[in-house]
Amino acid sequence: MDIFSFLVQTLNAVQYGLLLFLVASGLTLVFGIMGIINLAHGSFYMAGAYLAFGLTSATGSLLWAIVLGIPLAMLFGAALEALLFVHLYKREHLDQVLLTYGLILIFEEMRSILVGDDVHGVPMPAFLEGSIPLDDTLSYPIYRLAISAVCIVLAIGLYLLIQRTRLGMMIRAGSHDRDMVQALGINIKLIYRVVFALGVAMAALAGMLAAPISSVAPNMGGQVLILSFVVVVVGGIGSVWGALIGALLIGFADTFGKVILPEFAGVMVYLVMAAVLLWRPAGLLGKG
Amino acid sequence: MNKFSWTIAVGLLGAAVAAHAAEEVKVGLMLPATGTYARLGTAITNGFKLYVDENGGMLGGASVSYATVDDESDPAKATENANKLVKRDGVDVLVGTVHSGVAMAMAKVARGSKTLMIVPNAGADELTGPLCAPNIFRTSFTNWQPSYAMGPVLLKKGIKRVVTLTWKYSAGLQAIEGFKESFTAGGGEIVQELTLPFPNTEFQPYLTEIATLKPDAVFVFFAGGGAVKLAKDYAAAGLKDSIPLYGSGFLTDGTLAAMGGAGEGLLTTLHYADGLDNPKDKAFRASYEKAYGAAPDVYAVQGYDAAQLLAAGLAAVKGKVEDREGMIKAMAAARIDSPRGSFAMSPAHNPVQDIYLREARGDINPVVAVAAAALADPARGCRMK
Repeated sequence: MDIFSFLVQTLNAVQYGLLLFLVASGLTLVFGIMGIINLAHGSFYMAGAYLAFGLTSATGSLLWAIVLGIPLAMLFGAALEALLFVHLYKREHLDQVLLTYGLILIFEEMRSILVGDDVHGVPMPAFLEGSIPLDDTLSYPIYRLAISAVCIVLAIGLYLLIQRTRLGMMIRAGSHDRDMVQALGINIKLIYRVVFALGVAMAALAGMLAAPISSVAPNMGGQVLILSFVVVVVGGIGSVWGALIGALLIGFADTFGKVILPEFAGVMVYLVMAAVLLWRPAGLLGKG
Repeated sequence: MNKFSWTIAVGLLGAAVAAHAAEEVKVGLMLPATGTYARLGTAITNGFKLYVDENGGMLGGASVSYATVDDESDPAKATENANKLVKRDGVDVLVGTVHSGVAMAMAKVARGSKTLMIVPNAGADELTGPLCAPNIFRTSFTNWQPSYAMGPVLLKKGIKRVVTLTWKYSAGLQAIEGFKESFTAGGGEIVQELTLPFPNTEFQPYLTEIATLKPDAVFVFFAGGGAVKLAKDYAAAGLKDSIPLYGSGFLTDGTLAAMGGAGEGLLTTLHYADGLDNPKDKAFRASYEKAYGAAPDVYAVQGYDAAQLLAAGLAAVKGKVEDREGMIKAMAAARIDSPRGSFAMSPAHNPVQDIYLREARGDINPVVAVAAAALADPARGCRMK
């Protein structure tokens, strides 16, 4: 590998890592911080992508789709929380697994009934089309770089929300001892509803942003789900920076695994996860 | 009772006996109705039923009834599902399926129970290779066939060095093998065979590799969502103009609309194409659109031909499905007047068919030329040759 392709592959790795963080960010909030095992995370991602497809067709622009889609996703998340998840905070993780697995099946079937089983594409905003030439054959799509920028902003925003705001403090306290927080006069129910809705909206946002560079297709959530859990677990449960570092690490493992050890490309990500967990059982930045 | 009413009674009885004696065939449709391949399963079912309906619910003199199972494209449930149709429903013919792993499990059930089986899609080379059997037929293709036809096309364009890219699963690897066989035999060189784990679609590292290797062209096997993403990423990386992309026809079948402009002009090879200039195809398309309100695709053609093949077998034995040997003989010798152009069966029971070179234009794949005429799969490992 010459220096040029090494640099380009590094760019690929960072860019993919940031995309993984974007995809996993909603799960960081719901699973990492609220402590709910949410297997339906991939379905929220898929819902976002299909929302982008539908709203972009209707409004003519992905930006409008995002502006309209985020409140819709938040409402949807709040409703789900109020109807279903609220009953699960005090129950075992296995119950959460069952409920959220059931949701996957329901969402897939709804998608099939409402939109069908075809593969769709979403056009990207015109001003982000185009590519920056790297050399005479290869160029880099501007849209991918734009997504990376959004991911960085999102990571900083999430960190500030959780670590530096009063709301973040209440959320963290609530995940440790719900009853005590309630006894101190904080409306923990409302806070959890808001945070869950935010998590769903972030998953949907990831789906909407990724829609133009991936295909909007049945079962697209399944692939995202496993990687999202890997990112959160490698980074350390409950840590936003951990998830970011975990995502970048997985991005590097996947990209360079494909190039250097193509025979092992399929297991590289999981080998890295196993190695990290052997070394630090609570994840890179986890407190355990 | 007088003489007159006796006559009527006897006559009615005779009619009842005659009606009962009319031949029947029970068709077991084992196709995906849910999951990723649901769309394909529906198209195949539509195609099959269209031919039956065109013939007044009869195939070769037997009236048709159906038993249906959703195979969910799940190989783990395949044996059980096939057994359900064969044992519980007592079907005479198994028709299925899309997923190769499921089809191979079905083939084992069909071999064991000696049930007739027609494969209307699954392209695994094995089905008409090591797993071939007198009672197993296919009306679609082998993974080898469409891509084998692409080798000479590239050589004729002066392309010498090619990188291949596919998912690391059997359909992809078999398709690449087919291409490699004809391309290297004609003096071409495969610079590198890139594979990525199924169903991963993070292509960026491979595109960087391709840009570094600078081959004359890239040959790929992808389908569905992966095909869409590859075409988009390939174009966005600026490779489309400098290193042309070629593929097995599934790259651009049912995916062009989702690709946006990224699929425009892609050259692919397949056993079906848009704009075929034959009366059978025109009639088929008109009939399909009238029945289902949508344009047919290659999967609908394969389903339609499965019914045609079965009809040829039944017609030879006057609809008596019990005469299995007679049916098999007739089906093996049949010449199917398919919308894709007429084809015969190879000794291994796979179509000997023309493979078309197509160029993507808008949402369709119009034919450019016949890339390989009457191409037969080598059926390696099949003892029926």
